[in-house]
Amino acid sequence: MQVNVTKPSENLNIVIVGHVDHGKSTLLGRLYADTGSLPDGKLEKVQAICKQQGKEFEYAFLFDAFLEEQEQGITIDTARTFFMWKGRQYIIIDAPGHKEFLKNMISGAARAEAALLLIDALEGVKEQSKKHGYLLSLLGVRQFAVVVNKMDLVGYRQDVFDGIEKEYREFLGQFKAVPAQFIPVSAKLGDNIANRSQAMSWYSGPTVLDTLSAFQKETARSEQPLRLSVQDVYKFDARRIITGRITAGRLKVGDHLVFSPSNKRANIRTVEAFNIEPQPTEGQAGQSIGITLDEQIFVERGEIASHQEHLPSVSTAFRANLFWLGKKPLEKGRKYLLRVATKEVDCEVASIHRIIDTMDLAQQQGSNSVGKNQVAELTLRTKAPVAFDLSASFEATGRFVLVDEYDIAGGGIITELVHDDQEFLREEARRRDFAWVKGEVTVEDRAQQYGHRAAIVLITGGRHTGKSFLARKLEGRLVADGRHAYLLDGENLRRGLDADLSEEERGQTTEMARRYGEVARLLIDTGLIVVSTTNPFGMAYREASEAIRTLVHPAPVIAVHMSKTAEEPPPNTDVVLTGPTDFDAATARILDELKRRGVLAQAIGAKPVFQYSI
Amino acid sequence: MKHLRQLEDQSVYILREAYKHFNNLAMLWSMGKDSTVLLWLARKAFFGHVPFPLLHVDTSYKIPAMIEYRDRLAREWRLDLVVGQNKEALAAGMNHTLGRVVCCTALKTNGLKQLLENKGYTGVILGVRADEEGTRAKERYFSPRDKHGDWDFRDQPPELWDQYKTTFPPGTHIRIHPLLDWTEINIWEYIKLENIPFIDLYLDKGDGTRYRSLGCAPCTTPIKSTAKTVDDIIEELRHTTVAERSGRAQDEGRGMELLRKDGYM
Ligand SMILES: Nc1nc2c(ncn2[C@@H]2O[C@H](COP(=O)(O)OP(=O)(O)O)[C@@H](O)[C@H]2O)c(=O)[nH]1
Ligand SMILES: [Mg+2]
Repeated sequence: MQVNVTKPSENLNIVIVGHVDHGKSTLLGRLYADTGSLPDGKLEKVQAICKQQGKEFEYAFLFDAFLEEQEQGITIDTARTFFMWKGRQYIIIDAPGHKEFLKNMISGAARAEAALLLIDALEGVKEQSKKHGYLLSLLGVRQFAVVVNKMDLVGYRQDVFDGIEKEYREFLGQFKAVPAQFIPVSAKLGDNIANRSQAMSWYSGPTVLDTLSAFQKETARSEQPLRLSVQDVYKFDARRIITGRITAGRLKVGDHLVFSPSNKRANIRTVEAFNIEPQPTEGQAGQSIGITLDEQIFVERGEIASHQEHLPSVSTAFRANLFWLGKKPLEKGRKYLLRVATKEVDCEVASIHRIIDTMDLAQQQGSNSVGKNQVAELTLRTKAPVAFDLSASFEATGRFVLVDEYDIAGGGIITELVHDDQEFLREEARRRDFAWVKGEVTVEDRAQQYGHRAAIVLITGGRHTGKSFLARKLEGRLVADGRHAYLLDGENLRRGLDADLSEEERGQTTEMARRYGEVARLLIDTGLIVVSTTNPFGMAYREASEAIRTLVHPAPVIAVHMSKTAEEPPPNTDVVLTGPTDFDAATARILDELKRRGVLAQAIGAKPVFQYSI
Repeated sequence: MKHLRQLEDQSVYILREAYKHFNNLAMLWSMGKDSTVLLWLARKAFFGHVPFPLLHVDTSYKIPAMIEYRDRLAREWRLDLVVGQNKEALAAGMNHTLGRVVCCTALKTNGLKQLLENKGYTGVILGVRADEEGTRAKERYFSPRDKHGDWDFRDQPPELWDQYKTTFPPGTHIRIHPLLDWTEINIWEYIKLENIPFIDLYLDKGDGTRYRSLGCAPCTTPIKSTAKTVDDIIEELRHTTVAERSGRAQDEGRGMELLRKDGYM
């Protein structure tokens, strides 16, 4: 038996897809058998099982390991198989073709760097042939070959092969997918798998095995701008290590990093690693890395680190192509958990633009839900701003999954940024923060001196709900406790800072809120706890509080909503006060919230102790 | 070597996801080559620390050298070692002569289930590899087990890109498999690359035999081999066409499929 003794230099993940019974598992078995890659006795063992069950020998049984799979003659779940050829270690994933197991096919394909798509020469292009072709493209698998199988059943005729190639190329062309090859084979008889077919002298292209060797490892990602999704922050010893996977680009010690969406910045001090001598000083795409920074900024899981010249997008909405695998249909208006890289945030489907029929790529408009195994174009809206990219430019930060209850129920790629109404203010905040001139005193120095961190308590609500009274009470209590707090009343801006505004502008929220937000931002930078009400904005408090939030970001906002009768508070409200207010109790609740969020130290003194980093 | 670093990066990513998402997390350590590489990868992921307990389900039939090795590394690497044992079954005289699947179920599967239940672990990290046998080839990196610890292989959750199943209903738990993409050769290549200490039962010490896979003493037989160093093992594996677990009795017939549906590692 021929044995492969070369040392591997790299791994490549391949997936085999296509309609059920078109011969995927058979092709895989044949590939192993014809290259001498099966362990001793494996073939004989399967032969014995087949004989015992009174069945014809099937190569497919080599990897369809479950009893039920062999009994029904189908692949239920993907199998990872290992294959060494010419200095490369392949992990080949055999995907099920049955539409019931589409989620397993997708799990297999999502891991792959290249694919083989099988079409039965006798049956021709079927429903799942098309769906799988479309999904490969959606999943980002751009390298693939189309294998036209069972050529033995059509007398090895070239015209049959040509007909399928023409039809399928046209289909793929509609979404600009271009296969590397079309290969005529018989998996069962071994034509053009590892060995060149004697029966198809009209074909001079590569065999399946040659095609695998020609697939390339994606290496271009290191040349892209940097994307590092923060996975976690560790403090097991003296080092505060930020970990994550570099999904694009490279970084090195000394680089200035910007974290989005918080806009926090710092330089890389070290690259940390265990048992690597000498200690590394750089990293590149693909690596799971750990870095320390020259400043103790608080960054958390979900932020994307990049260089300042190439920032990711930040918004609360984007347009996407999605496939749905959930048992329950995806519904417009329902809440789901969105995961983009390491970020998790609540979201809802703002609109479903169309359902795409993968059979003919026809588009069906105006639906309120997406059923299991359907593909759709939609817009998602998130509860808080997220950093992301368009999938056309960055694969890993341009795709997402949706979690419904406990399960990943769908996935997709981001096709378009949707501008939200905070876009201009967010851009202003970003530019202002990047140019911010700092003194020698750091945020942490102030916190240590004051026994608390800076924050803003934002009290919203309609008229005569007691906002001003509560604000005053809270300011008084904080100062009595030895904290540095200040009541920022909008009235004080109106006659001074806002004096240049026209009567009309003063009647509108936009510019007034912007100025108020910028003043709050300045006060927060001095280390104060700013207590504020949306009084000057009257009933436009929702709009105003959104603007203020955007401008003071990423400082902690403790949102308190007051109303006489129960009503829907603005999004992200922390403390809801309804009905007649017990102001002492309300103050106590806000103080608790400040502690819980890590704003107030547990004890004031020479060495304040904060429960959480913020 | 590049391929080993690619495997390492993926495993480290999975370990960090596990640590982030599971408050009550533990890692199974059988002292064999795979789970020891897994342990090493945890030290990689957490920069020299192992921030969760290591569980050893002791069947009492392990080879004594393995216990010595376990206790030595636990000391040197400051590990939080938790040893579990199905004492009831052992007291009742459970052993392999009563049937291999019966014995494995009682001492390993049930021993593990008892341990998980007592300690309330919701995430368990295991060193199983896809190339070991057919049902493991179909595993997910994050694989849910129901209230009875059973595996529903017909309905596994989707695993998309680097997004794994990390939420689950109360009473159930998740098995985490960071080594799925590693082959037996990769394990040895990595042991060599990182100079990881391993039990010398894997080497021939002059009698022309060595263990290729370590389980309980009565059910694991050594193979004929003159591999005296890690390099020898790697060279031998590059040329062999004998399955790794051919010396493991539980793999005969449909033994492994039955065991694994029931919650075996
Ligand atoms: N005649 C012929 N039959 C084939 C060929 N390839 C696969 N088959 C048969 O087609 C059936 C389905 O094959 P299988 O590999 O299980 O298909 P899968 O569902 O795509 O994995 C089996 O009975 C195979 O023996 C081929 O090239 N020629
Ligand atoms: Mg199949």
